[in-house]
Amino acid sequence: MALPPPDPQFVLRGASAAVHTLHFSCGSQEPDVPILFSGSENGFVHVWNLKTHRVDTALDGHGRKSVYCVETMGGKDRLLSQGRDQRICLWDLAEGRTSVADSVFTENVGFCRCSLLKVAQGRWLMAMAAKALEEVQVLELPSKTSVCTLKPEVGAKLGMPMCLKLWQLNCGSQPLLLAGYEDGSVVLWNLSMGKALSQLVCHQEPVMSLDFDSEKAKGISGSSEKVLSIWSLNEQQNLQVYKTHKLVNAGISDITIRPDKKILATAGWDHRIRIFGWKKLKPLAVLDYHTATVHCVSFSDHKNPSERLLAAGSKDHRISIWSIYTQT
Amino acid sequence: MYQAITTGTTVQTTEHDNLEKKLEILRAVKRGGGLFQLLSSSPSFYPREVVEVLEQFLQEGRISALMWEVCQQQAQAGSPEVQEALLNKVVCLPDHVSNELQGKNPPVFFPQNYFPLLGGAIIQVLQKISDSLRGGLDCSISFVSHVLGKVCVHGRQKEILSVLVPRLTDLTKSDCIWQRICWRLVECVPDRWMEAVVLGFVQRAPGADTLSRLLGNLVVKNKKAQFVVTQKVLLLQYCHTTPVLQNLLGYLSLDSLRRALLIKVLQELLETWGSSSAVKHSPPEQQQYISKAILICLSHLKEPEIESCRQELLTSMMEGVKCHLDSNLPQIRRLGMIVAESISSKINTDGPVLKFQYEEDDEARELKSLLVPTPPLCIGPSLPDDELESNKKSHTAAPVMPDEESDAELDSDDDLIPYDMSEDKELKTKAPVYIRECIEVLTGSEDVDKWEATVKALETLVRKNPAATREVSVELAKILLHLEEKTCIEGFVELRQRAQVAVLTTDPIPVAKYLTSQFYSLNYSLRQRMDILDVLVLAAQELSYPKSRGKTKHSGAQKPCIQLLPGSDSSKDWRRIVDERIKSKTRRFATGQSQVELASGPNEFNSIAGHFFFPLIQHFDRPLTTFDLLGEDYFVLGRLVHTLAILMYLAVNTVAVTAMGKALLEFVWALRFHTDSYVRQGLLSCISSTLLSVPTERLLEDMTEELLETQSWLGDVVEKDPDGDCRRLALQNLLLLENLKKKLKTVPS
Repeated sequence: MALPPPDPQFVLRGASAAVHTLHFSCGSQEPDVPILFSGSENGFVHVWNLKTHRVDTALDGHGRKSVYCVETMGGKDRLLSQGRDQRICLWDLAEGRTSVADSVFTENVGFCRCSLLKVAQGRWLMAMAAKALEEVQVLELPSKTSVCTLKPEVGAKLGMPMCLKLWQLNCGSQPLLLAGYEDGSVVLWNLSMGKALSQLVCHQEPVMSLDFDSEKAKGISGSSEKVLSIWSLNEQQNLQVYKTHKLVNAGISDITIRPDKKILATAGWDHRIRIFGWKKLKPLAVLDYHTATVHCVSFSDHKNPSERLLAAGSKDHRISIWSIYTQT
Repeated sequence: MYQAITTGTTVQTTEHDNLEKKLEILRAVKRGGGLFQLLSSSPSFYPREVVEVLEQFLQEGRISALMWEVCQQQAQAGSPEVQEALLNKVVCLPDHVSNELQGKNPPVFFPQNYFPLLGGAIIQVLQKISDSLRGGLDCSISFVSHVLGKVCVHGRQKEILSVLVPRLTDLTKSDCIWQRICWRLVECVPDRWMEAVVLGFVQRAPGADTLSRLLGNLVVKNKKAQFVVTQKVLLLQYCHTTPVLQNLLGYLSLDSLRRALLIKVLQELLETWGSSSAVKHSPPEQQQYISKAILICLSHLKEPEIESCRQELLTSMMEGVKCHLDSNLPQIRRLGMIVAESISSKINTDGPVLKFQYEEDDEARELKSLLVPTPPLCIGPSLPDDELESNKKSHTAAPVMPDEESDAELDSDDDLIPYDMSEDKELKTKAPVYIRECIEVLTGSEDVDKWEATVKALETLVRKNPAATREVSVELAKILLHLEEKTCIEGFVELRQRAQVAVLTTDPIPVAKYLTSQFYSLNYSLRQRMDILDVLVLAAQELSYPKSRGKTKHSGAQKPCIQLLPGSDSSKDWRRIVDERIKSKTRRFATGQSQVELASGPNEFNSIAGHFFFPLIQHFDRPLTTFDLLGEDYFVLGRLVHTLAILMYLAVNTVAVTAMGKALLEFVWALRFHTDSYVRQGLLSCISSTLLSVPTERLLEDMTEELLETQSWLGDVVEKDPDGDCRRLALQNLLLLENLKKKLKTVPS
């Protein structure tokens, strides 16, 4: 008899709005406390102290418009947040400051989260949906210079970009972008040429989220349908469907592969978090705690594997923190 | 001429034993009476012998010699009376012989044998005519034409043309003299017989090009033939098959002189197709026929011709599509859609074309296939098809599923032990538990999931809580009547309808009163009005049907029993279990009917039939600003009439049935000349259900006059109604009336 699924390790309450995005920052040494950033529908970014389970700071930088992406750049002192006010804010949180150091006006009205990739010390690339409906723009941060604009071919009818993932095979190699589009296809872009390398129609509905494992050259995407699609990238840079996995309920809002590439978590519209083994996509657990759609899932970056956490933010205003498969 | 006959017969006479008699006959022939007069003379004059001579005459093939003789003489103008008489005798020989011998005639005089023989003779004569024409000699073909015409008009087209057409098809293939002979043969047929001949050719020619070879430009030269081809066959008759139509219209399209006629024909067809009175009054079969003809015409039209009449085509298409879409019969609507689509695709080769949504069935496909011009006959070997098929198969089999097990990865997720996932079920939003909560959700809720769940749960909820439903029944009925599809739920219309039926059956009188009053009030869509009718019918059906009613009663009756007397209930249970066990282990050998006891109980429809019926029948003749039953909303009227028929039928054995029947007959009488066939069908069903539901004595005592009036109307319908279904229903009604009469006769004895 299999064990019953675990309960959350603890629950963070007090965001007082639907939680749309989560990001851990737990990699630093003692005496720094592990931190979880959350972005919520009321426009606040909350900084949660994972020792006390209380909000340390609430950052208000998006004019009370929903925040749907938070990322750190390097340490926990530099934060990036993206909101529905069409701005991406870069925060300076060092020494207790809470100020917006810089911001990018995206002019995009969609829900597409930006994607960040560290290319060198102090240099990042950021991909974001641009003003024009089908385009993706890549900027270099912190200089904010535009690297390239990725336009689909005329007549491709991809629709809006829905989710982005910047990656590179190893440090110093060519950065690439995977983008999921409204028509259900995933496109691999070469940034230097600004050209689509491969396109794969994975879903019938818009791709809601995707994640990619560059070591195995394999990725996974979810949409509003009942299936997860796993696809792989071959040496010729061609995407092909590897397998699909049927879900009980339709709708996936977020997918994250744990940094050690052992398991992955999905956030479902059916209020449930699902855990799968990444290698064979073996279903491992269904975490049923939330009472509304789960919007995001995130794994922590603890140095010690046994401390690793999983966080999920939901429309029911709560953030659940789970400790699961930490021993492997 | 008489020489020809005598030479024909003398050859054979020598060998026969009754030589003398024959010689006598021949002598009589020679005396001037004539062979054919023999037949009309008294039977005492050796009828058998005469017939034998005639038989030989035929078998020797002398009839062709006879006709050839006449043809030669005709060129030098023979006597018309003699020709007429001879024509009569040649064509009617089987009848005369049969009359003379009282039906005991030899097989050669059977029409099915005689006329093919005559056909062969005609070919021989034509052969001779062709030879003599080639020899430069003049001769007339008109006698042969007369024979052909008369045979055809006597209804023997099949026999004679089945010989003539294939032979002539062969002979005219490459010989222009033969073609001219053939054209002349048809042209010389007198007008009064032309129709039969032309029709025969059109029906039997294997293809349009053959027909064109056989008839030439007959339609251009002969007014009668033109009338038959362009008017009668296309617009006045509709019994011909599609190949015949294709032959005919193909024939028109094959010559530039005739193409003008083709366009004229198309215009006339379109005029009929687009006339609203034709759509209303002509039978669906004819409309289908005309549609087919239009499509075939379109398939023959060429680009410049379409260009020249594009505007006219467009106008008639617009008119036609309007009156077809107005029709109550789905078949007619679809015909209109298909034809309009085809016309529009023909006239707008590059612009936007009409596109309708309709079910693609065999009929639609057949009609559309007519739009593709029929290729000249080429039946290739079926091998390529097979090859194609096998190719396809091998292709489909080719993509082999990637073998998942061959995955090079050796590692797996085995070190991860899954948790119990049995709780991972499909998500369900909680449906409301109380009727009042449902009302709240349905009227004001923004929560779409909850709304969906409510719509799905409402019927069961209503049926489970009749008392709670009665408190809010009218309000609920009102909400349901106005409920519109918020999200895309599968089977929404059905769910809503079932809920409405449940409400109506739970609290029939107030809800029926509400619904029937709403049927005649302002500002409802036709759809809503028809919904009302459907709900009334379904509820009436449920109420009057004993079984389902018994079931609900049962569960309701048992509940208090459990609460009050648990002891007795359990003992009942015990009894039941034992009974079932015995039943399951006992084999019964019985030959009689299975002893299923029908659930019986009072008819719930009895007390409320009137509440369903009378409000509906009262206001039909008062038009509102938005709703005019007797005017253009005749589709709803049709549904109303059918609904009344069903309610009447379901009201059998109720108290109100006699009053209902009387009212219904009056209602039918008022509408009996309605132009729409769907309405008339409903009226006839009303009469049927009245006759079936109202007790015979009441019918005959209380409604004698109405019945007599109805009977005479039914008689009229059976004879004159253009709609086949109406005629059939009327006939059934007359039979029902007959049965009533019979019953009446048997009852007193």
